[in-house]
Amino acid sequence: MSEWETVIGLEIHAQLATKSKIFSGSATAYGAPPNAQANLVDLGYPGVLPVLNGEAVRMAVKFGLSVGAQISRHSVFARKNYFYPDLPKGYQISQYELPIVAKGSIEIVLDDGAKKVIGVTRAHLEEDAGKSLHEGLPGVSGIDLNRAGTPLVEIVSEPDMRSAKEAVAYMKKVHTLVRYLEICDGNMQEGSFRCDANVSVRKKGAEKYGTRAEIKNLNSFRFVEKAINYEVARQIDVIESGGKVVQETRLYDPDKGETRSMRSKEEANDYRYFPDPDLLPVELDDAFIANIRTTLPELPDQKAVRFSSQYGLSEYDAGVLTASRELADYYEAVAREVPKEPKLAANWVMGELAAALNKEGLEVDSGKLPAARLAGLLKRIADQTISGKIAKEVFEAMWASGAEADAIIAEKGLKQITDTSAIEKAIDEVMAKNPGQLADFRAGKDKLFGFFVGQVMKATGGKANPAQLNELLKKKLPG
Amino acid sequence: MKPHLLSLTQLAKGLRAKEYSSVELVRGFLDRLEAHQPMLNAMVTILREPALAAAQTADRDLAAGRGGPLTGLPIVHKDLFCTEGVRTTCGSHMLDNFVSPYDATVVAKLKSAGAITLAKANMDEFAMGSSNETSYFGPVRNPWNTDLVPGGSSGGSAAAVGARLVPAATATDTGGSIRQPAALCGVTGIKPTYGRVSRYGMIAFASSLDQGGVITTSAADAALLMREMSGFDPNDSTSVDRPVPDYVAELDAPLAGLKIGLLKEFFDKGLDAENEKRVRAALAVYEKLGAKLKEVSLPNLPLSVPAYYVVAPAECSSNLARFDGVRFGHRAKDPRDLMDLYKRSRGEGFGAEVKRRIMTGTYVLSAGYYDAYYLKAQKVRQLIAADFKRAFAEVDVLMGPTTPTPAFSIGAKTSDPITMYLNDIYTIGANLAGLPAMSIPCGLVGGLPVGLQIVGPHFSEGKLLNAAHAFQKETDWHSRVPERFS
Amino acid sequence: MALTREQIENIAHLARLELQPAELAVYQQSLSSIFDFVGELDKADTANVAPMAHPLPGQSQRLRADVVTETDHHERNQKNAPQVAAALYLVPKVIE
Repeated sequence: MSEWETVIGLEIHAQLATKSKIFSGSATAYGAPPNAQANLVDLGYPGVLPVLNGEAVRMAVKFGLSVGAQISRHSVFARKNYFYPDLPKGYQISQYELPIVAKGSIEIVLDDGAKKVIGVTRAHLEEDAGKSLHEGLPGVSGIDLNRAGTPLVEIVSEPDMRSAKEAVAYMKKVHTLVRYLEICDGNMQEGSFRCDANVSVRKKGAEKYGTRAEIKNLNSFRFVEKAINYEVARQIDVIESGGKVVQETRLYDPDKGETRSMRSKEEANDYRYFPDPDLLPVELDDAFIANIRTTLPELPDQKAVRFSSQYGLSEYDAGVLTASRELADYYEAVAREVPKEPKLAANWVMGELAAALNKEGLEVDSGKLPAARLAGLLKRIADQTISGKIAKEVFEAMWASGAEADAIIAEKGLKQITDTSAIEKAIDEVMAKNPGQLADFRAGKDKLFGFFVGQVMKATGGKANPAQLNELLKKKLPG
Repeated sequence: MKPHLLSLTQLAKGLRAKEYSSVELVRGFLDRLEAHQPMLNAMVTILREPALAAAQTADRDLAAGRGGPLTGLPIVHKDLFCTEGVRTTCGSHMLDNFVSPYDATVVAKLKSAGAITLAKANMDEFAMGSSNETSYFGPVRNPWNTDLVPGGSSGGSAAAVGARLVPAATATDTGGSIRQPAALCGVTGIKPTYGRVSRYGMIAFASSLDQGGVITTSAADAALLMREMSGFDPNDSTSVDRPVPDYVAELDAPLAGLKIGLLKEFFDKGLDAENEKRVRAALAVYEKLGAKLKEVSLPNLPLSVPAYYVVAPAECSSNLARFDGVRFGHRAKDPRDLMDLYKRSRGEGFGAEVKRRIMTGTYVLSAGYYDAYYLKAQKVRQLIAADFKRAFAEVDVLMGPTTPTPAFSIGAKTSDPITMYLNDIYTIGANLAGLPAMSIPCGLVGGLPVGLQIVGPHFSEGKLLNAAHAFQKETDWHSRVPERFS
Repeated sequence: MALTREQIENIAHLARLELQPAELAVYQQSLSSIFDFVGELDKADTANVAPMAHPLPGQSQRLRADVVTETDHHERNQKNAPQVAAALYLVPKVIE
C-alpha cells in the first residue's frame, strides 16, 4: 500500500453538435477537404467580426442544468492571447472570469459499487482551434482551419478524483451525459470529446496539493487511465529520487505509453486575458433558462432509479442498462413486449446480446437484432415453448440468419415436449434399455437419478420439459 | 462654376439635371487626384478604370431614372475599409499586397446607394497616428501648407476633401482620427455614436473605440452620406438595431433654445490663444441663432488621454496578433523556424509607432500589470462617461475646440510620442464614452484652418448635423479652399 | 517608471516582434515615458467603480440562428496566403 495519494482534475472539451460554428456561418461537419469549411471569420481575416451562435449557448445551458449548476444570467467572452499556427486570430475567444455555467456536481459509481460526488467547478463556451498536419510534409507543417471556430464547452472539474479509475468513471459519466442531452456526438476518434488531465501526487494526509502536470489532449478512456498511471508513477519517482515535479504541459504518447514535456506550449503562457470588445455580455433571463429546462430528457441517474423500481432490476443492472440512451431504449422496447419478465429481458440484453454485439463490434442500435425480434425469443421462453438452454441455440440461429424465433423453433422442431404421455413413453423406453442401472437405483443408488434425466433428455433431443420430466421420473423409477 | 468646388448635394442635383454626366464628373476628380498625388500623397491606390466603368453604369441608371440617392457621385474610402478585389493596405507594409475578398459593410452600403469609389486614401499605419506620418506610403501633406501635416489618422481623406480632389471621403475615428484632420484641413467631419455605423470590414485598431464616419465639405453632405451608411448590421455584434433618422430632413430645424455647454476643460492653458478666439467667435454665432451658452465641467476629462493610451494599445495588441505571415500579409524570407517566422514577419511588416502601441498594449495586459493599467483605465473610462452623462442632463450639446493648435510641421512631433498623443486631448473623450462628435471649420489662424468641435449624447447625430448646418448657413468657413486648389 | 532593456525584450518576445538593437533603445526610452504618462491614472479615485468594457450601456449580445451560410471559398481566400500547398497553409515545422 503506497504512502502516496493521487489528485486528479479533468478539463473535458466537448464539441457542441451545432450545424454552424460558434462565431460564423461555416459548417462544422467532420472530414471536409482542408480549409473548405474555414470562412473569413474562421481565418481571422482583417476587418471581420464574430457573431454568437445561439444554439451553442442553449447547449451549454442544457449541460449546466443537467449537473445542477447555477446558470450565469450574465456571462462574458474574453480573449486568450497566444501565438500558434492553428489559432488564426492570435487569440482564442473563450470565457474567463464570468463563464456561462458555474458550480455543479456529478455522481460516479466506483468499482466496489460505492458512490462518489465529483465537483464541477465551471463550464464555459469557447472556440476550437484548427489542426497542424505533419505527415508527408518535409520540414514544414500544414494548417487546416476547418475545425477552427467549432463550438466547445469546456467542463472543468474540481481536483476530486483520487485514481485513474475514478477519472475514467467521471469522464465516462460526462460522456454519457452529453450524449443523453444530444449536445455532443461523443466521437472520441474524431476528437469531438477529449480531455486534459491535471495530475499531482502528495503524501497521504498532506493538506497542500503537490505540483501538478497537465496532460493535454487525451482522446480515449484507455489513454486517460494509462497516461495518468504513468504520470503518477513518474512523479512519485521524481520525488522519491530527491527531485521536484515541475508545473508543465505534457503530451501522452500512446505508442510509447509515456508522457513527455511539451516545450512548444511552455512558450509565453502569459495569456493576457481581457473581455472581447467585439462581443457584448451574454444576458440570459429566467424564461430562456426555464424554456431550456423543459427540453431536458430523462437523465441517466433518473432513468436508472426508474428502471430499478419499474422493472425490479438491481442497482447494478439498472446502471448498466442506462449507460447509454440507445441501450436503455432497446431494453425498454424488449421489456414492453414481455411485461411479465423484465428481469429475463435484462439478463438477455446484458448477456447474450451484449456478448454477440461485442464480438462483432456492433452498437445496440445497429439494427442487427431489433428489440421486437429478441422479444419474440423471450416470449417463447416465458410460455415454456422452449427451455433456456434451447433458447441459446435459437438465439445463435437468429443472430446468424436474422430469422424470427418462431420460424427457427418450427423449422428445427425445437418445441418443448409438455405432453405427459409422450414423456412417460420416453421414460419407459429408457428404463427398458437400462435394466442394470434401474436395479442399482432401486437398490439405493440415488445419484443414478441424474443418469436417467440425461438419458431421457437425450432421447427427446433435449426438448422434454425439465420440470415435468423430474416429476414423472420420481413417480416411475421407484417402481 | 467648377464642379470640384460644388458640394455632394449640389453635384447630385447637377447629375439629375444632366448638367454633366457621372463619367465627366468622375474623370474630372480622377484627374485632380492624379495631378496632385505627387504634391499631397493623399491616396494609396487610385482606381481610374473601375471608377470610369462604374460611372458609365451610373449614367445609364440615371438616364433610365433608376439608381439611388448617391448614384454617380464620386467618393474615396480610407484604406482600412475592405474593398472587394481591391488592394487594402491600412497604410502598412504588412498589407502592402493584400487584396480584400469582400466589401466592408460601409463600402457595400454606399455602393448600393450608387456612390463610385475613385481611390483608397492614405492614412496613418493601422490608424495609429495624429499626423499621417506613420504611413508606410509616406506622409500626406496639408493642402493649406504642404510643409505641414494634415492630421491623422484619416489624413488622406481630410487632405483630399480639403483640396477638393474629391467631394467626400469615408474615414474612421478611434481617438480623433476624423475630427482632428478635418479641423487641420478645414473640412467637416463626423464621428457617429459607437454602434451607429457597422465596423464589419473596417480593419480594427481598437474595437471598443473605432467608429466609421465621413469627411465632407459641409454638414449637409455629411447628413446625406450618414443617412446611407448608418444602421444595424447583423455581422457586427456591437452595431445597434435602431432606426436611422432622415438626417437630411432634420438639417433645418431651428436652433432657438439649444442649450450649448462650453467644456471648461477644453479651454485650458494648452489651447492656442488665436485658436480660442475663433472658437469663441463661432459660439457667438450660435448665440445669435438663439442658442444658450453655459459652462460645464467634466472633472475627469483630463485623464482621457492616459486612459486612452492604455485601452487602445491593449485592444490593438490583440487585434493585430492575426498578422503573423501565415494566411495573409507580409511574410519574412526563409524563416529558420516558427518563432523566427512570427518575429521577423511582424518586425518587418509593422512600422515603429504600431510596434510601440503593440508593446504598450502587451505590457498593460500582461500578468501583474492588468489591474494596475488596463482595469484602472477602464474604470477611469467609466468616470469620464459618467461626467458626460451628467453634462448632458444640463445641456443639449457640448462645444469647444477640436485641436489645441492649427496644423504643425511635418517632423515636428515625431521624436516624442507623448506630445503627439496630446493632439487628441480634446477628441478622445467622445471615443471613450462612445458619443457622436463633429468638427466643422470655424476660422483661420495664420492662414490655417481650425475647427469647432460639437459633441452630443448617444444617437444625437441629427442634432449635431442640424447645429453644424445652421452655422454653415451663417458663415462660409466651410467653403474656403486653399488658393492653389480653388 | 523606467523599463529595463530586459523588460522590453520580454514584451517584444510576448508580442512576437523582432527588434533591432537600435529600436530596443528607442522603445526602452519611449515606453518608459509612456508609462510615466499613463501613471496619471492613479490620481483618479476608482473605488467602487465598475470597469467599462463597452461604450454603450445596456447592450447585450445578440444570438445568431444556427444556420450554415458559408460555402467553400478556400481558393479565393488563399490568394493572399504567402505559402500554400494542397489547400493547407504552410509554416515551418510545428514541434510539440
